[in-house]
Amino acid sequence: MVVGQEVIRFLFLRVASGALVIVFASALTFFFINLAPGGPASVMRFDVTAEQREALIKKMGLDKPVTQRYVEWATGAVRGDLGTSLLTDEPVTQRIGERLPNTLTLAGAAFLLSISLGIPIGLIQALRRGSPLDHVLSFFSAIGLAVPVFWLGIVLILIFSVSLRVLPSAGVTGIATDTFFDRLQHLVLPAVVLASTVLPTIVRFMRSAAIEVLHEDYIRTAASKGLAPRVVVSRHVLRNALIPVVSALGALVPRLLGGAVVTEAVFSWPGLGRLALEAAQGRDYPLITSLTVVAAAVAVGTTLLVDLAYTRIDPRVRVA
Amino acid sequence: MTRLGAAALAVLAVISLLALAGPLLWTIPPETTNPALNLAGPSGAHPLGTDELGRDVLSRLLHGTRVTLLVGIAAMLAAVSVGVLVGAVAGFRGGWTDAVLMRFTDGMLAVPAFFFILVVVTGLGPGIATLVFVIGALSWMPVARVVYGETLRWKTAEFVVAAVSLGVPAPRLLARHILPQAIPSLVVSATLGIAFAILTESALSYLSFGVQSPLPSLGNMLQKAQIYVFTAPVLAIYPGLVITAVVLAFNFLGDGLRDALDPRRRR
Repeated sequence: MVVGQEVIRFLFLRVASGALVIVFASALTFFFINLAPGGPASVMRFDVTAEQREALIKKMGLDKPVTQRYVEWATGAVRGDLGTSLLTDEPVTQRIGERLPNTLTLAGAAFLLSISLGIPIGLIQALRRGSPLDHVLSFFSAIGLAVPVFWLGIVLILIFSVSLRVLPSAGVTGIATDTFFDRLQHLVLPAVVLASTVLPTIVRFMRSAAIEVLHEDYIRTAASKGLAPRVVVSRHVLRNALIPVVSALGALVPRLLGGAVVTEAVFSWPGLGRLALEAAQGRDYPLITSLTVVAAAVAVGTTLLVDLAYTRIDPRVRVA
Repeated sequence: MTRLGAAALAVLAVISLLALAGPLLWTIPPETTNPALNLAGPSGAHPLGTDELGRDVLSRLLHGTRVTLLVGIAAMLAAVSVGVLVGAVAGFRGGWTDAVLMRFTDGMLAVPAFFFILVVVTGLGPGIATLVFVIGALSWMPVARVVYGETLRWKTAEFVVAAVSLGVPAPRLLARHILPQAIPSLVVSATLGIAFAILTESALSYLSFGVQSPLPSLGNMLQKAQIYVFTAPVLAIYPGLVITAVVLAFNFLGDGLRDALDPRRRR
């Protein structure tokens, strides 16, 4: 692969804007939580002695101005120190580090599932546009966008765990068993539920992109020069329709991570989302702030990967 | 309007009527508990049975739909107000104001919303006011983009230039001449916005960060239902079906309105 100047410029711009997004997310979160009426300032209302309060204020650095605290926190964060969790007194990086792989597994599985189902479904709908199959699949997409994630989870638990008893309803592994197969079994329901948050969108993107491409002159040319329909579809329709779809995938990652919070709650999946819920319930400010920043970083990182894939699929970005 | 859009409108009318008038006709209060009759099946007194505290499910469903719809509409209005303000000012002023406001909009779109919602709930505490604020604060961006585009498009139109040369002040120019052009797109965004708000409300209430019990909402009715999924699975079915139907109807209505208002999209 020839790496052209254009590609480097393109990727540099994406890295820079990604870094800006992370800084933006961290500032927004930090200032909001520190200025909110129920924020850390509410230690003033805690039922504690004057000395304890004094110690807490010192420990959390509340005697300094907010901007200074943000700069100190941000420099710490760059060095890999996100502070200490108020609930457990463990370093925030450690608590997040324990949970991050579970969320990445869940979100990654759901994303792969959505892409590998969404692209063929959308393509088939475009090729059979207007047919009963197209209408039925469109209706399913519409339902998928309307069903609340957590409710789909509950319904699937009802069907597969309660009635049929074929799949587990909670956790990453069984209590006594921890084999690869066991983990895979625990992953099925949460991954399917989480996939439902982005799959309908991918199907719709793919359908309209492929319909667009099917109208192009080069498709008519390819068909009229006698290429087998299969080759026209795989080499001309699919490749060209993928370009806008892939570039839109990155924008779905924040939604996927948001869906992960709810999915993890339904399936007791020990990931970042459940950690965020615990942090919000326990008013663990350092933890919830850092989690938002980490989630933003994961979203930015995935978007960058998607952009890399984009430079591979669209030769116009690559050559130049 | 498409037939699907019209059907969606009819479904929404029926559901809204049930949510508004239903509680007047079915007068069992949704908060009344009855320890002797918890998780009861359907009966004459309780057609849909009772929940884990012996509360009437039909009554909770009617009141819950009302609460969920009102929160959804209020949150949508908040989002539309912020979106119109940001989009109109950015598009109209241009230059630095435009750059700063629209980059801020892009930034908000890139932040994983649900984590930020939890940050806001942690800061403000759960409740209906927080719910409306947080959903409004996290869903105004698409509206801002739409209004921004329309403002850019119309501010150079002849009738606007004419108004400028007659000395019409900027706020009046926006309110009377430019923004009315954006109303069709705004109606579509608002309709789809209600659907998003309802989904977010129900997820947050399910996670116990939204509408607080004993006040019912479609989301918080599902909170306890999961615990009793083995013994009383129907408790989990009704509220979820209502949410899905309402959101589906708002989405179809939004699509239908878009097709009706913009003939170019009909293909």
